[in-house]
Amino acid sequence: MSTTTATAPSVQRTAVQKKTDPARARRRRRLSQWGFIAPAVVFMLLFFGYPLVRNVVMSFQDFSPSTFFDGKSPFNGTDNWSKVFHDDLFGKALWHTIVFTIGSLIGQFGIGLALAVFFTKRFPLNGFLRSLILLPWLVPMVVSGIVWRRILDQDTGVLNSFAETIGLGGATPWLTSPGMALFSVVMVNIWIGIPFNMVILYGGLQEIPKELYEASSLDGASAWRTFRSITLPLLKPVITVVLVLGFMSTVKILDLILALTDGGPADATQTLGTLTYQNSFVQLDFGAGAVVGNVLILISAVFAVFYLRANRSEGK
Amino acid sequence: MANATTTSGRRWGATVAGIVILGVMLFPLYWMINTALQPESGLLEVSPVPHSLDLSGFTSAITEQGGHLLTSLAVALGAVVICLAIAAPAAYGLAQFRLRGSRTIVFGTLITQMVPGIVIANALYSAYVDMGLVNSYFGLMLADASLGIPFAIVLMRSFMVAIPKEVIEAAEADGAGKLRTFVQVVLPMSRNSLITAGLFSFLYAWSDFMFALTLNTTDDVKPVTLGIYQYIGAHVGDWGSVMAASVLSAIPAAVLLVLAQKYIAAGITGGSIK
Repeated sequence: MSTTTATAPSVQRTAVQKKTDPARARRRRRLSQWGFIAPAVVFMLLFFGYPLVRNVVMSFQDFSPSTFFDGKSPFNGTDNWSKVFHDDLFGKALWHTIVFTIGSLIGQFGIGLALAVFFTKRFPLNGFLRSLILLPWLVPMVVSGIVWRRILDQDTGVLNSFAETIGLGGATPWLTSPGMALFSVVMVNIWIGIPFNMVILYGGLQEIPKELYEASSLDGASAWRTFRSITLPLLKPVITVVLVLGFMSTVKILDLILALTDGGPADATQTLGTLTYQNSFVQLDFGAGAVVGNVLILISAVFAVFYLRANRSEGK
Repeated sequence: MANATTTSGRRWGATVAGIVILGVMLFPLYWMINTALQPESGLLEVSPVPHSLDLSGFTSAITEQGGHLLTSLAVALGAVVICLAIAAPAAYGLAQFRLRGSRTIVFGTLITQMVPGIVIANALYSAYVDMGLVNSYFGLMLADASLGIPFAIVLMRSFMVAIPKEVIEAAEADGAGKLRTFVQVVLPMSRNSLITAGLFSFLYAWSDFMFALTLNTTDDVKPVTLGIYQYIGAHVGDWGSVMAASVLSAIPAAVLLVLAQKYIAAGITGGSIK
């Protein structure tokens, strides 16, 4: 399909440009240059562009388990949309997504920044310790989720037995009580995200000229004052990038929640991501899944605007 | 009261604090290994240190998940090949050719980072069914390659922009075609960024769970992430071998962190800021 659209105009024009050889040569060069880029463009159109469009279309179609036998998915107007929006679960999932995302970002960023500042000190083994801290971020997320599921087990998990030993009560139902589960999931996700925040912020801190700190210490500024008037303003572009990237990867998380709670107990950790999955791949109602997915895209799109702005102000 | 002693004391104090922080951060991973070595603990509390070196958890993990580990390896390597084959030429083209539309493409590449994976899976599934790519190695490799391609293009492009025009022109003046210049001059010069992009696309594909979960309906192509997830559903009591399988699936991350730490650090900062 793409080849026909590409050759059609050139066939028309060859008659006119046959005499001008340099123009032809230039066009041939252009074409061979596009050959380098075309595969990537086609791939991204198929794997990112197509799903975006297809998802909008699917949200107006009626899918049922039988669709995959008879291939029938008739259009049904806004039925999917009204069905999803009238379901209490959607509102809950939206709220959980907001809490999960904001809670995770605050924790990851706060602790990540504190650690980044800590590691700007010079001390023995600094580089070694700093690189090992990356490990939680590199382990597959499902695996981290499963490990924490064992740690947070109410009766036999190490966290509760530790709390009991130091006299802080015990038998906390981290993942099994609807009131606690979302908090626990956020906690685990903070653990996963700290290294990423730390590394990027550490990089940003290294870029701040040392002379500024020397000047402020000559002026007798306190550590807190220096942090507020020098570190934070100069770190701002990096902070924006970290937060926006963190937002975009957190808002869509699926692996971790499925591994920890499967969206339970009593839908207490159901988010827009898990709800899309549930609708489409568990209930085989791809239309409803597409609706929730579109809402997720919309939220991401708003933040993509922030991201691109941040990227631009960075000056490339 | 030598001043030097107190400073160096303070320095080692920071090292101790750093070790404590690292200990807290890595505790869950220690616990994973510890639990894996106590397969008999089952539904009991796990002892803080293993009393004996019981490797039966690992034996049963290898029996049950060994095939899935190989599947993960094959899929991840395939994804790396696809990813680099597509991203490297594009990165070069976007960095060095002055083509109209290049900017739009770079912009689009950045935008793809915001498309949620589950949305892609949602739409891809029916397309995969139609094309017979469900339950196939190639289908999963393609989907997993999509996790790394935008990142790889952005990363390698920012590297290839820095290759001097004269170098490329010199190669072309010697009569080398575009393709030969790319393969024999540009790629060797971009070795580091190529390795970084390859490592990350490997880790992305190795860690993938979502495409494995959604684009497979049978057990034919089951990477270890999916294998472990289904394992806990079926064997709640057998935590020892679940954790042993988890340890095995975390090995690539650990090995790469030790052997290729330079590239990992470059990838985290390079891919996110540029």
